Amino acid sequence: MGLQAYLTLAAIVFCIGLFGVMTRRNTIGILLGIELMLNSVNINLVAFGRYSGDVTGMVFTVFTICITVAEAAVGLAIVILLFRVRRTVTADHLDLLRG
Amino acid sequence: MAGDGTLALAALLLHAVAFLVLAVAAPLRRLGRPAGYVSILCAAGSLAAAVLSWRAHAGEAISRLVWTWLPTEGQTLATVGVLADADSTLMLTLVALVALLVQVYSLGYLSDESAPALGRYYAYQSLFAFSMMGLVLAPNFVQLFICWELVGLCSYLLIGFWYQRPAAARAALKAFWITKAGDVGFLIGIVLLWRHTGTFDLAEMRVLAGNGAIPLAGLAVITFCIYLGAVGKSAQFPLHIWLPDAMEGPTPVSALIHAATMVTAGVYLLHRTDWLFALTPDVLAIVVWIGAFTALLSAVLACVQTDIKRVLAYSTVSQLSYMMAAIGAGFSAAGFFHLLTHGIFKALLFLGAGAVIHAAHSNDLTDMGRLARRMPQTAIVFTVGALSLAGLPLFAGFLSKEEILGAVRAGGFTAPFAMLILVAFLTAFYMFRVVFLAFFAEPVALHAGAPVAAGVGAHASHVADAGHHASHAAAGVAAHEPHEPPASMLLPLWVLALLSVAIGVYFTFVHPEPEFTSPAWLMPVAVGSAVAGILLAWATYQRRAIDAASLAAAFGPIYRSALARFWIDDVFERAYLLAILGFSRVIGWIDRYLVDGVLNMLSAWTVTAADDLRTMQSGRAQDYVYGIAVGLLVLLLWVQFG
Repeated sequence: MGLQAYLTLAAIVFCIGLFGVMTRRNTIGILLGIELMLNSVNINLVAFGRYSGDVTGMVFTVFTICITVAEAAVGLAIVILLFRVRRTVTADHLDLLRG
Repeated sequence: MAGDGTLALAALLLHAVAFLVLAVAAPLRRLGRPAGYVSILCAAGSLAAAVLSWRAHAGEAISRLVWTWLPTEGQTLATVGVLADADSTLMLTLVALVALLVQVYSLGYLSDESAPALGRYYAYQSLFAFSMMGLVLAPNFVQLFICWELVGLCSYLLIGFWYQRPAAARAALKAFWITKAGDVGFLIGIVLLWRHTGTFDLAEMRVLAGNGAIPLAGLAVITFCIYLGAVGKSAQFPLHIWLPDAMEGPTPVSALIHAATMVTAGVYLLHRTDWLFALTPDVLAIVVWIGAFTALLSAVLACVQTDIKRVLAYSTVSQLSYMMAAIGAGFSAAGFFHLLTHGIFKALLFLGAGAVIHAAHSNDLTDMGRLARRMPQTAIVFTVGALSLAGLPLFAGFLSKEEILGAVRAGGFTAPFAMLILVAFLTAFYMFRVVFLAFFAEPVALHAGAPVAAGVGAHASHVADAGHHASHAAAGVAAHEPHEPPASMLLPLWVLALLSVAIGVYFTFVHPEPEFTSPAWLMPVAVGSAVAGILLAWATYQRRAIDAASLAAAFGPIYRSALARFWIDDVFERAYLLAILGFSRVIGWIDRYLVDGVLNMLSAWTVTAADDLRTMQSGRAQDYVYGIAVGLLVLLLWVQFG
């Protein structure tokens, strides 16, 4: 399988993640969508690293995974706090910034 | 030295000095009476200079003293300076004399004014005298016009001297607007004349006229335009309506500006340029007819007035029209002669009326009566003035009036001549109506019915000085007892009265040779009509042998229309309102719907657009992600295929 297959997979995963972010009503679901998008990027990085024989991409991937974990922790913490304050985690109801 | 115009210039500049001192030195002006003394001192010096200048130019001597002004390539467009000859220095002397006497008189008449107001008054007076002298001595049309406008400005300022009173402010505006209407014609005439002859200078133009170098084509339009200026200034029909309202000003102002000097500027202008008008006989015919008609109209109006100053105002209009008629008939010297004598005795009458108003605290003839007992000196001088105006022998108006009648007849204008004879009769009647009602008859109020007082209501708002003086009376100054005025007022009265008699006696025995011949019956007819008028007034208002009400009823329609001032004022007011309101409506519509409309539309659009765009900010994070994704997609497609 060539590079193209990995990139296609990454694009498909990215689109699934984006679709989830745009359509999920639940805030947890949106966070999951974001995880998918980040991981599609990771696939890209690894694929390019392998293809060009350069380890930089893989090193970057390790960093990204770390950051993703931190982001998930912060995101989940925010969701829990939101639930405590608003008693809801439905994204449609969280529109305090409406114009 | 006296022959070169320096003295005339000195007379002119002394008043300018007085005005500048009072205008610049505000502390002095606010002192009131000292400001008056400065002004009077300058006026006295000016009179002396004017008299000396008159003596120096009594013959054929003409002196010009001019400075270049507005220089253009090669030639001088306009000059300023003085042109002193027999006529201008004589007029200068009249202006200086009346200005001085009026300023002295004002010390007494306006003694109740606050000091700053008095200082302002004297500053205006000095400015007026300066402008009037500049007009009289003007060597060209440019200076003439500038001074012409300046005297108009002073007239406005002095009519509105009591500007706190709405009637006075209104009258001042009316005078300004109406005279401006004539002045527009005057300015157009001057410029057209310059294009026609290539010069503004009176002397040069006169030489051209003498050589027949002025083309006659189109000249009639020019002289008519210049005549329009005189119509406004000298209160000829239909622009005469401002003068009676101008009586809202203080009485000394009426005497100086609206009787003796400024209103005669129009007559003086026509006299000054009679060689020009002689080239356009058609315009002169208009001058005669308008003059005679105005004289008759205003004489009729004077008969029904109950306000003493308004009688005199209409009488001034009537006499100015007399002068105009003589000038129109082609004998301007006769008109100028009457201008001078009229200046003396009309100033006397106005100042006398001022003394009466000062004493009776009212302008209204019905409030007066038997004042001769209380103020015999005023009664004497006022009667002298009335006799002069009626044109009886031994009094100032005698010869000048006969000359005018003779001039109009010699000019071949029979109908205007007949009208003027009728005016002579009416003049004597209305003048002695005032004399008898104010000084000799029992107060009208004692007689039930108060017949002539029917017209009071029409002018209730025009009790000019009366309200002013009455307020002081109400302040508890003195019991309401008429008394002789103070010396500062009596002195000018006596000077003018003696001058009237002196001029009258002199010209009764020394007849200057007129340029025309009048028939022998003219003088008896003129004097006879005046005597008839006096007798009618005596029988009606003194003996009350003729009931004034039935006299009025005999002239029913005329009497009623005269009470309404022949609706001329109404027509003007309607036209003015129509024009102003119509114009305002158009402007208002444009402002409301075009100027405001565009702005309102823009702001409304902004609000609606913002309201619509607001909904984009849903506040939901997913919508923004959606937007970013679509935007990114569009960008990608654009990069790929664009």
